[in-house]
Amino acid sequence: MAYEKVNELNLKDTELRLGLPGTGQVKEEKEVSCVRSNKRQHQSDNEEESTPPTKTQIVGWPPVRSYRKNNNSVVSYVKVSMDGAPYLRKIDLKTYKNYSELLKELENMFKFTIGEYSEREGYRGSGVVPTYEDKDGDWMLVGDVPWDMFTSSCKRLRIMKGSDALALDSAL
Amino acid sequence: MAEEEDLSEMANDVERHLKLDPPKPSPPPPCPSHVLENVLENVLKFLTSRRDRNAVSLVSRSWHHVEAQTRFEVFIGNCYSLSPARLTRRFTRVRSLFLKGKPRFADFNLMPPDWGAQFAPWVAATARAYPWLEKVSLKRMFVSDDDLALLAVSFPGFKELVLLCCEGFGTSGVAVVANKCRQLKVLDLIESEVTDDEVDWISCFPEGETHLESLSFDCVESPINFKALEGLVVRSPCLKKLRTNRFVSLEELHTLMVRAPQLTSLGTGSFSSSTHDGAQGEQEPDYASAFRACRSLVCLSGFRELTAEYLPAISPVCANLTSLNFSYANISPDVFKPIIRNCHNIRALDSICDEGLQAVAETCKELRELRIFPFDPSEDSEGPVSGLGLQAISEGCKKLESILYFCQRMTNVAVTAMSENCPQLTVFRLCIMGRHRPDHVTGKPMDDGFGAIVKNCKKLTRLAVSGLLTDQAFSLIGEYGKLIRTLSVAFAGDSDMGLRYILEGCPKLEKLEIRDSPFGDVGLRSGMHRYNDMRFVWMSSCRLSRGACRDIAHTLPSVVVEAFGSDDDDDDDDEDDNADYVETLYMYRSLDGPRKDAPKFVTIL
Repeated sequence: MAYEKVNELNLKDTELRLGLPGTGQVKEEKEVSCVRSNKRQHQSDNEEESTPPTKTQIVGWPPVRSYRKNNNSVVSYVKVSMDGAPYLRKIDLKTYKNYSELLKELENMFKFTIGEYSEREGYRGSGVVPTYEDKDGDWMLVGDVPWDMFTSSCKRLRIMKGSDALALDSAL
Repeated sequence: MAEEEDLSEMANDVERHLKLDPPKPSPPPPCPSHVLENVLENVLKFLTSRRDRNAVSLVSRSWHHVEAQTRFEVFIGNCYSLSPARLTRRFTRVRSLFLKGKPRFADFNLMPPDWGAQFAPWVAATARAYPWLEKVSLKRMFVSDDDLALLAVSFPGFKELVLLCCEGFGTSGVAVVANKCRQLKVLDLIESEVTDDEVDWISCFPEGETHLESLSFDCVESPINFKALEGLVVRSPCLKKLRTNRFVSLEELHTLMVRAPQLTSLGTGSFSSSTHDGAQGEQEPDYASAFRACRSLVCLSGFRELTAEYLPAISPVCANLTSLNFSYANISPDVFKPIIRNCHNIRALDSICDEGLQAVAETCKELRELRIFPFDPSEDSEGPVSGLGLQAISEGCKKLESILYFCQRMTNVAVTAMSENCPQLTVFRLCIMGRHRPDHVTGKPMDDGFGAIVKNCKKLTRLAVSGLLTDQAFSLIGEYGKLIRTLSVAFAGDSDMGLRYILEGCPKLEKLEIRDSPFGDVGLRSGMHRYNDMRFVWMSSCRLSRGACRDIAHTLPSVVVEAFGSDDDDDDDDEDDNADYVETLYMYRSLDGPRKDAPKFVTIL
């Protein structure tokens, strides 16, 4: 709390600890050293009871300018093309949380329906196969690797249709 | 040559004086102050370093006078250390002014808004006193559109405007500067907050050829008129530095580069294709070729919305680059490493990629400055083990002079290695984001590592410490940090002794910024002998009482002591209990006493 008496202030924060690495952080952090004049730092009793002992972000820590934080918006643009469609699109992979969100968006974007996905058989049913080029230059089937691995290695997307799709299907 | 003329003129002056005024026995010969001043003026014109000039001005009254007449560039490290009137009284021929306002911790929301540092009184005073003013650089100042408008109309020969970390103005103010400053060479808006007034400021540059050499607007968070920018670039043959904002796409960047292959410094904007709806199979511009054509390019920055597949296009310039800033790019190691492996001549690197540091260490042997920002700027995020990165850099980049390094955890061994491998270090700023985090291998405090830095880096002038630190660390800083001018401390130390060690040990200390550390009145008082010689002291969320701060103010009349915090609203009952506690102390020396523009929440003791 920002307004405890001076000699009690920050005691927890400044306690000398020689514990094992990483143990220094597991403690209640309700104190916020915010100096905005229109905010009160006082926490009512109610708040203390209902707030779980998780950390509150300390104001201004780590010392990174907000300008820099805002701009490190994690964008990860990849181009998306679909066989037969006249236009390329560009999407930010980080705006999706998982494959189904991504595929739904692609379906909307290019006006198609994708078939059922199974690990063994790929995308069956619609003759539409979403593929991507990874950082090694290999073309892979969307969905084969865990989502996080996909977002970090995907360089571009290509939605295959028609005979190419069938060829890929049978190859898999 | 001007120099020869000056010297022979001096010689003539001296001769003439001696002939005209031969020594007479009874009245003493007139003091050759006229000659002296003339000579001095011609000599002092060559002195540019302000430290030298400050020394010169102390020699005698006439030297002080002549130095003041010949000082064309004035640097004011704290805008509240003197009044604008004093500036214009002493220096009469100023052409260039550099003003710094808020202290650095204001960047991290530790200072309430509207605290001060207004440019207004300065522009008003200089508009009257220096109509020939050419250059203004401001850092952490509040600059309004009106201020910019006054600047634009007051100085017909105005050439350079640099706004670093400023706020209070918008694109309408920028537009006025662009339009009215016909001699403008430099317009650099850097890391400033610029409100979007929906003004097409780029179109406000006058028709015809401009004198522009540098145009930086990467912090302007609003779209610009690209056609106008292209036209501006075409009619700015002297343009060397161009830093665009994220609203400039890769295709647009390509156009600009083709128009201005003479660029030496380029801020690439988004570095992402704008083709949301680009036709498939449409020919994409040859980006690599555009980069190849920029033979003088030595500095690259931007990459705000990096599309990694285009990055190899910069390869043709990598070998020439001396400065590279990837810190706004979401860049993965796989993308970063092949690029950096070509950058043999890099001297300054900004990045968020600490996994790529091994590659940097192997390639960038000329590295002087390194800044590694956190990819995820929060305390809890899991990052790669950064001690290895730091160690690799120290082994590979022996010429390193300045480092700012964010990490989650660190070891004393890695920090010590850097102190031993990089003896040229003048700036060492390590931010272990986990507060109070000890050495993650040994569990011990980080005292030894920072101790090694102050012991081994004999040229160190700037230090920022973090992690778990005891008073011992400060004892070492006080003992060995004899050249340190700037010290930043956060969440560190055990007791007042920590602060005492610093204040009693570091004779060159000018700027001290401390937050959330258990330093109290005893520590504060122990620095009484130092505060007149320091630019400022900032202490927030420490253990200071009003009484001690008041004592400083009374003992040192030339130090302004400001106290503020968030409890300026007095409707709280236990206000009284806390009235003694000082949340934030900001004190600085001043020639003109307390400022008149302090807001209500600031108490000047």
